[in-house]
Amino acid sequence: MIVSLEWLKDYTDINVSPEEFCDRMIMSGSNLETLENVGRDMEKVVVGKIVKIEKHPDADKLVVCQLDVGEEEPVQIVTGAPNVFEGAYVPVALNGSRIPGPLHGQPKKEGGVKIKAGKLRGVESNGMLCSFGELGFQDKVVPVNQRDGIWILGGEYPLGMDFAEALKLKDSIIDFEITPNRPDCLSMLGMAREAAATFEEKVSYPDTKCTTEEGNAADFINVEIKSPLCKRYVARIVKDVKVEDSPWWLQRRLIHAGMRPINNIVDITNFVMLEYGQPLHAFDINSVAGRKIVVDTAEEGEKFTTLDGTERTLDDKMLMIHDAEKSIAVAGVMGGLNSEIEKDTNTIVVESANFLGNSVRTTAKRLGLRTEASSRYEKGIDPNLCHAAADRVCRLIELIGAGTVVGGCVDVYPNVEEAKTVLGRVSRINKVLGINISREEMVKYFENLEMKVEGEGDEMYVTPPTVRQDIEIEEDLIEEVARLYGYDKLPVTIPKGNNEASQSYERDIKDLARETMCALGANEIQTYSFVSPKGVDNIRIDEDSWERAFVKILNPLGEDTSVMRTVLTPSMLEVLARNYSRNIEAVRAFEIGNTFMSNLMEPDKLPIESDAMSIGFYGKDEDFFTLKGAVSELLEKLGIKEVEFVAEKEYGTYHPGRCARIMTREVTYGENGPEEEFVELGIMGEVHPDVTEKYGIGTRCYTAELMLNVITELADTEKAYSPLPKYPATSRDIALVVNEDMTVGQIEKVIEKAGGKILRKVELFDVYRGPQVGEGKKSVAFALTYRHDDKTLTDEDVNAVHKKILSNLKEKLDVVLRDI
Amino acid sequence: MQERLKKILEESREQLKKAASLQDAEETRIKVLGKKGELTEILRSMGKLSPDERKELGQAANQVRAEVEKMLSDTVNNLKEKAKEAKFKAEAIDVTEPGKTYKLGTKHPITITIEEIAKVFKSMGFSLAEGPEVETVFYNFDALNADPYHPARDWTDTFYINDEILLRTQTSPVQVRTLLSQKPPIRVFAPGRCFRCDTPDATHSPMFHQVEGLVVDEGITMADLKGVLDSFAKQMFGSDTRTKFRPHHFPFTEPSAEMDVSCFKCGGKGCRVCKGSGWIEILGCGMVHPSVLRVGGVDTEKYTGFAFGMGVERIAMLKYGIDDIRLLYENDMRFIEQFK
Repeated sequence: MIVSLEWLKDYTDINVSPEEFCDRMIMSGSNLETLENVGRDMEKVVVGKIVKIEKHPDADKLVVCQLDVGEEEPVQIVTGAPNVFEGAYVPVALNGSRIPGPLHGQPKKEGGVKIKAGKLRGVESNGMLCSFGELGFQDKVVPVNQRDGIWILGGEYPLGMDFAEALKLKDSIIDFEITPNRPDCLSMLGMAREAAATFEEKVSYPDTKCTTEEGNAADFINVEIKSPLCKRYVARIVKDVKVEDSPWWLQRRLIHAGMRPINNIVDITNFVMLEYGQPLHAFDINSVAGRKIVVDTAEEGEKFTTLDGTERTLDDKMLMIHDAEKSIAVAGVMGGLNSEIEKDTNTIVVESANFLGNSVRTTAKRLGLRTEASSRYEKGIDPNLCHAAADRVCRLIELIGAGTVVGGCVDVYPNVEEAKTVLGRVSRINKVLGINISREEMVKYFENLEMKVEGEGDEMYVTPPTVRQDIEIEEDLIEEVARLYGYDKLPVTIPKGNNEASQSYERDIKDLARETMCALGANEIQTYSFVSPKGVDNIRIDEDSWERAFVKILNPLGEDTSVMRTVLTPSMLEVLARNYSRNIEAVRAFEIGNTFMSNLMEPDKLPIESDAMSIGFYGKDEDFFTLKGAVSELLEKLGIKEVEFVAEKEYGTYHPGRCARIMTREVTYGENGPEEEFVELGIMGEVHPDVTEKYGIGTRCYTAELMLNVITELADTEKAYSPLPKYPATSRDIALVVNEDMTVGQIEKVIEKAGGKILRKVELFDVYRGPQVGEGKKSVAFALTYRHDDKTLTDEDVNAVHKKILSNLKEKLDVVLRDI
Repeated sequence: MQERLKKILEESREQLKKAASLQDAEETRIKVLGKKGELTEILRSMGKLSPDERKELGQAANQVRAEVEKMLSDTVNNLKEKAKEAKFKAEAIDVTEPGKTYKLGTKHPITITIEEIAKVFKSMGFSLAEGPEVETVFYNFDALNADPYHPARDWTDTFYINDEILLRTQTSPVQVRTLLSQKPPIRVFAPGRCFRCDTPDATHSPMFHQVEGLVVDEGITMADLKGVLDSFAKQMFGSDTRTKFRPHHFPFTEPSAEMDVSCFKCGGKGCRVCKGSGWIEILGCGMVHPSVLRVGGVDTEKYTGFAFGMGVERIAMLKYGIDDIRLLYENDMRFIEQFK
């Protein structure tokens, strides 16, 4: 809500600086967007009168003006403006003056523009005649007939007088943020009520009584409301209308409120709309067929041309103003071209009506036509304003002599809205706010807000004015007391009672996983929860795979954010690609986030959200095993035991020879006793070259996608001490020559099984391929560590087990010790 | 004999003086004190002497031996020191060369900010609560007292999955979930992702994070709200931080407020960060609206509560001076590593 402080002073006393005014209003609930002090940025700009115009001797488009600026000698100024004439009153920027600018066609400059005497095509020019724009007004508020050329003043002013002074341009323009619960504040009177309550002043309401009225409105017009979407319709009549420019005071008010003056009738309806917050409309009575106004919904598919010249198609939910034959306005949105006020209009109908906010909102939205009027109706307007606003329009028309007001008004108001009374308890208000103030003080606040208070003792029956539609329950009264008492004066306390802070186990595991990954040198990334459905194509996920069971957004910003992610890997690859394209040599990254799956069983229910984790590495020191090492360390930290990496050749995202499913064994207890079950924790590998190419990653990269929800279930962060070994360990190395396709995992399993209790560690320390072992073979070497908890192992003890291991390797895998 | 002893001593002194290595010293030792050493032989031959002679010579010989031993150990020590010195000199390194790389990863700045916020609220006894990112219209709007025609419900503002399910636009639905699952006293905070139909630009992101808070108990007052949030501001932004509570409006609180903190860049004098006002808007808050409490079946006469919500990106951007919100979701490693 744009408030001209000078205008506001018409309704209530304000005796503080604009800055202090804003500070106090902020604390009583009107938050400040901007404060601009206007009319203070011109120096030596005065009122002048053009006394003589001569042609410029050397330029067709220039004229030489002599200006009377109240001095003995006239001032000579050369101008190119086409609209100057002898006798015109104009703003004159004298030699050495400063104007806010910008000059025509130039950008606005901080501090304005200095005007100096000079010569234009050889003729002396001792200043400049100014346009609205050059004096700092935005184009959107400049009257149409003043947009091209010099500002021609609409009246006589003392010559030589300071221009800003003469036209009362000095003002403070304040833009307040109005919260949706306070549509009443979208008006000067609403803001005046707020100011009065804040500064403990009174509001003086505008004059709405005409001094002379002729005839009776009911003889001119008949109104019928046929739809409940219209709560009230007030019509008044003005005849002998003279459509012309408004007087400057009226134009100035509108300009300072950010509106362009049009003509006196339109300006007055706009002025009263800003004053009361009640939209108004004026029809030419000659275009109202049958002198009858009918408020009803449109015909489905009806065509109608609005004031802006656009033909629109209506539906049967849209509320319209009809005459006896046709539609003449879209109720609360915009009038029709067929009933517009013209220069020759003689008699007008002033409409001051109340339409249901939601109906106006829907109509405006369907038509794609949001107007000053519709946005006010949308937010809700008090129907009790209609009458006063119509009267105020008539009074202003009378005041500026723009027509003769017809007596009486036609007022159709089927269900009168009465003020509601709300009970507020002194004790409750004090209790909730943590203060202890008297009933008297509270009553004072309510009365300053023009609310009536009845009852006694603890009980206050508060009746707000009907414009305050937001006051419905006791809490609303608590807020009124709080804001007028001052939020800043409320005490500062800490709630009583002790709570033990806690968080979920899932969150603990996530925190631990995050810390661990950071310790492993990976940076955390965060990517959007919504992704492109193409991501799963890019990582070559099978057509019928669960990763495609997307939760789809009906109204996404674009395709690339149109589905909720089912896996994190595509986003990880995008991030790796972005970093790669920015020449970052090596990346270790991870993300912890939610994935989403359509609830196929119960589509009406929320989708299934799961914790997931992705890891991505690239760089010259990275390979499958650096990633595997990180994954293993992470899982060990989370207490997942017996992790196995099982070769996977079919998963499209990964290199078929460099991919593993990450598994663990879980023991479940069923009917047949404990059963061991394989549980998948995730998948990892070197990313398939077709995938890296798709993402534009020109290097090998390695990713893992982990099911953090499963890992969380199996995680075990309990710690237990086991005694340190008391007896020494013995180590034996073995080297085996095996076929290339035999895995280390297979061999380790056999060794571990045969090794039994005293075999404590099997560690691969070398893999060798070359001529010494032959084509298609490799040599793998392990260090085996033996130890007993209760004694020092003898050679015989170790030999027995070691022999068993070798014989098992021979039996089960047909491998023997390498002959060195 | 005495002459010989004297000679042995002199020769030993000369040899040890010349000794350049431990081996040289050892040779001297063997020559003099070894099994067949000169001094050893003298001592061994003393048996043939008379007791008096033996005594006299014995004393003299022992004296020489002590002296030689002393000289030997001095020489050895000296040589060892010299050898160490030489070794140290040869092994000296340039300590200004860079250290070997151990690279710690960095948490995302949004995570860091949430953790800082969480630490403060946990210290005040708040438990962490969470809710789903994909929510129902009921939890996100209806139960939070949002008008059925509230513009935030529009398709132009909120992402929908269907008529009943949406991407939550705020973390406030966690308030409702908490009220439905717990009985007062309640003291929770809820960080999480939120979504709104904003085209990304320097200050807007269609996905962002909030931290919500909810306290419900007997006798909770608006003064308590001020106390908790003022304490939060001081712990989060520095103990000099001042707070300002301004009246505002939210459908799910009444009375409602916005909290500003004194600018932590300029301390309140006015600068670019606070746009000259000296204050920075940080969060919205208020006393929980009775309609919301009633959704959770809370007796509104007995219990009162307050709630608050803040934007994590905004706080992170203000704290770290990040001028474009999109940087947070680009995940450029050079950006993230600045928060190590």
